[in-house]
Amino acid sequence: MEFPNWKKEPSDEPLIVAFCCMYCAYAAADAAGSMRLTYPANVHVILVPCSGRVDELFILQAFENGADGVYVAGCEEGSCHFVNGNLRAKKRVGAVKKLLSEIGLEPERVEMFHISASQGGLFAKVARDMTERIRSLGIIGWNKS
Amino acid sequence: MVVAERKPIQEIMAMVAEYNKILLVGCKGCVTVCCAGGTKEVGILASTLRIARKKEGKPLEIIERTLERQCDPEYIEQVSDVIEKDGVEAILSMACSVGPQYMAKRYNIPVYPALNTKFIGGALEHGVWAEFCQACGNCIIHYFGGICPIARCSKSLFNGPCGGSAKGKCEVSSEIDCAWQLIYDRMKALGKLDELTKVFPVKDWSTSRDGGPRKVVREDMKL
Repeated sequence: MEFPNWKKEPSDEPLIVAFCCMYCAYAAADAAGSMRLTYPANVHVILVPCSGRVDELFILQAFENGADGVYVAGCEEGSCHFVNGNLRAKKRVGAVKKLLSEIGLEPERVEMFHISASQGGLFAKVARDMTERIRSLGIIGWNKS
Repeated sequence: MVVAERKPIQEIMAMVAEYNKILLVGCKGCVTVCCAGGTKEVGILASTLRIARKKEGKPLEIIERTLERQCDPEYIEQVSDVIEKDGVEAILSMACSVGPQYMAKRYNIPVYPALNTKFIGGALEHGVWAEFCQACGNCIIHYFGGICPIARCSKSLFNGPCGGSAKGKCEVSSEIDCAWQLIYDRMKALGKLDELTKVFPVKDWSTSRDGGPRKVVREDMKL
């Protein structure tokens, strides 16, 4: 996973990657756009067909390549288009939280959210809340080079 | 299969603390099946170590490879180009304990095990593995309805159960089934309960680890 643009433009702003599932969270992002809601430009959305597609390695590689925070946004529990992909994603996020704390990084830097397709407002709120959370935790810094 | 799990990250970090370039090598055999040391786990550990070492200000370069197995010399040979030409200072093996030993025999650089090998066993459900065999060298499960009293009974009793068996669970832990309850139920289902009334004699343990490190030879297979 490569994020070359990040390295070209160092910034004081936290950099957050959001893996969003096609059927719910990404649709919610679209809904937020239709509703003309704004969310911080710190959040970089990556479309996945299902949050269950997200491997622990993707999250770690995001941190390795300059992310200060990562979240995975899937369907509400019980509503996953692929039945239980969002439940698998939730467990994987939990495993990465444990790995981060083992190496001295705050487990709060990674999170799982459940956002349904109609919840444009929630999508924007999650993006704002996560940006503020990472801002208060601080930019990692040493992973930008 | 052999079931293993990854050592704590801090223990692995301490192993490779003095190096700047290592080979992290996984195995597509047992440790892939039990999700401990396959290609995926190699990737995850490599990324975790790189992040941790970047955080310390002492970057670690990791070459990632996964071999078919690490218990045959022919496969071990496949990383010789990396070790002899790429300036690798140490090997971190994600195979079961056999792998690092084969690596250490072939290559003259330090070798470290990234996993703790736990037991011979199988899956109970996706993501859960349990011990089923202790490699005693003389399989007797057929006397016990297909259940091994050595591996599955906490006390390895041949004439159980003991007084600690309660509601089908072992007194050591409520998570452990009483093997003798399982044996009784199975022998009853097979209509062979009367066989359990016979006293099973003391086992000859010389075929087990008690007789020293073991070897198996197939003369017809030797080249």
